[in-house]
Amino acid sequence: MKALCWHGKNDIRYETVPDPRIEDARDAIVNVSSCAICGSDLHLFHHFIPAMESGDVVGHEFMGEVMEVGAETRDLKVGDRVVVPFTITCGECEQCRRGNFSLCERSNRNKALADKVFGHAGAGLFGYSHLTGGYAGGQAEYVRVPFADQTHVKVPDGLTDEQVLFLGDIFPTGWQAAVQCDIEPSDTVAIWGAGPVGQFCVRSAVLLGAEQVVVIDNVPERLAMAEAGGAIAINFDEESVLARLQELTRGKGPEKCIDAVGLESHVPRSLDSVYDRFKQAMMLESDRAHVLREMIYVCRPGGILSIPGVYGGLIDKVPMGPLMNKALTVRTGQTHVKRWTDELLGLIEEGQIDPSFVVTHSAGLEQGPDMYNTFRDKQDGCVKVVLKP
Amino acid sequence: MNLDRRRSLQPSDRLARALGWLGIGLGLYQLLAPRSVTRSLGVEGAEAIVRTCGARGLATGMGALSVNPKQALWARSVGDVMDLAALLALLADRDHPKRGSVKLALAGVGACAAASLYCAQAQTRRHAYQGGRTPDYRGRSGFPRGLEHARGAAATRSGLPSRPMALPSPAHSPGPRFQTTPSRQRDTSGYTKGSDYDY
Ligand SMILES: NC(=O)c1ccc[n+]([C@@H]2O[C@H](COP(=O)([O-])OP(=O)(O)OC[C@H]3O[C@@H](n4cnc5c(N)ncnc54)[C@H](O)[C@@H]3O)[C@@H](O)[C@H]2O)c1
Ligand SMILES: [Zn+2]
Ligand SMILES: [Zn+2]
Repeated sequence: MKALCWHGKNDIRYETVPDPRIEDARDAIVNVSSCAICGSDLHLFHHFIPAMESGDVVGHEFMGEVMEVGAETRDLKVGDRVVVPFTITCGECEQCRRGNFSLCERSNRNKALADKVFGHAGAGLFGYSHLTGGYAGGQAEYVRVPFADQTHVKVPDGLTDEQVLFLGDIFPTGWQAAVQCDIEPSDTVAIWGAGPVGQFCVRSAVLLGAEQVVVIDNVPERLAMAEAGGAIAINFDEESVLARLQELTRGKGPEKCIDAVGLESHVPRSLDSVYDRFKQAMMLESDRAHVLREMIYVCRPGGILSIPGVYGGLIDKVPMGPLMNKALTVRTGQTHVKRWTDELLGLIEEGQIDPSFVVTHSAGLEQGPDMYNTFRDKQDGCVKVVLKP
Repeated sequence: MNLDRRRSLQPSDRLARALGWLGIGLGLYQLLAPRSVTRSLGVEGAEAIVRTCGARGLATGMGALSVNPKQALWARSVGDVMDLAALLALLADRDHPKRGSVKLALAGVGACAAASLYCAQAQTRRHAYQGGRTPDYRGRSGFPRGLEHARGAAATRSGLPSRPMALPSPAHSPGPRFQTTPSRQRDTSGYTKGSDYDY
């Protein structure tokens, strides 16, 4: 079959790889109808995520039709139309039973290795390095889905791929980020990053009834898209983020802050960004922390920092003093996708939200490698790319 | 340029890498063995300058290997042009003892400068941040029933099974519970110190 494979920094190729096979009774093979490129894939593309191997099939946001099932996939049948959550869940371990699906204790087959790095490892993920199980990803014609009886969301035929595809990752990610904020009707929620995840954070915060939703980025068309969804936009190239947030909250700061940027944050004209880039180049620090620092600084005392943005390793110069003295709560994690999908599919079916608003580019899988560049450099107004194998 | 969309690395990306490694190699050579450079060009005594060039080559070489090599390539091109000027100045001296090797160096640096300039231009086009046509997304609210209808629409939906699990706090989530009965005090053989059981 054809798939997008990782070969090193900036190097993704459309290649022929062996077809996946059923390896376990709970496996299923999905014939991919649509897949997407996620901001997390850019961290792989730039080789910020360790334990990738040349030839690994990437992609973790995908859906399609079940083509083949093992003996124990229960109510999952050949022909079912499914979205596949990017966090692989067994449904039986202690974490899964608590609904902490991204912390599944059984789906990461390289758990021993990952335990060494993280102390205790999280779930297996599709196409996201050997630290998360080394599973082949979904930017491919076919994918083997382990624990398929649990790791799927059945979707009705009446909805298009673009309407349901993001149930596998960015929609629940934005939603979880907002839910973790415990939004109250008087809250201002400030969201850093107007990428696809930031867009869903905005929609979720609006649906959950925040008084004010503010979004911070420097890409005008992304800010315009966030404004369309009900946010107040701050372009950090044009105005001071701190001053504007103060003004919007009568000098008190936003109660809730969301980091939808992650480890590659950048502000061209700030000193700490230069410092982080230098340290990263010297391999003294793996992640850039500008957004975290800014959030800790502006957040209202007693507030919540919700961090869906991905970090991989170490950061430096975290203002721990303010974090502690302001009594801030930090909530983060890979998304417990299955925890939210029933409710979110309900919202889509009711017509409360149509996630396809975020799709700006659609192309064949063979153009995928080039689309990584387009998405990365935000060319042609690119916000979200959907690929069709 | 005819783009092969099936690969993310295009010819100019590969050229940037080659220039990066070449820069690092030459830079190290100039840093570590400046004397052999000055001797072959007949400019003994200019070791400090050669070392500086080496450091410059090393820095721009590393930059050319980074995710976005555009700036490093422009810097490298400027450096090459400076080297060319210096070599031409040597050549202007008709009695220079090593005119042959200076000419050779000139050809080498000239070729690198040309490659570097070409590559810098190609990479600038390639990494054009926010380049191209930008459509208007002001109509993309994502709310089929309109923004005002959406505000708070999901806040009042209660009784949904996912909400009580919203927070990572185990006390509020469903699932198995550790036994915290008094028996814990009596029988500690089954517990590991420092685990959940150990308050
Ligand atoms: N927790 C999860 O399960 C999960 C799931 C999906 C994605 N993610 C992560 O979410 C993050 C965002 O993903 P995305 O798909 O939206 O990616 P993206 O790269 O398209 O978006 C990031 C946005 O942040 C902006 N940005 C950069 N520096 C900034 C700064 N200093 N201040 C404000 N904005 C800044 C960029 O301009 C860009 O628009 C990534 O780190 C991704 O890995 C996490
Ligand atoms: Zn993702
Ligand atoms: Zn599990």
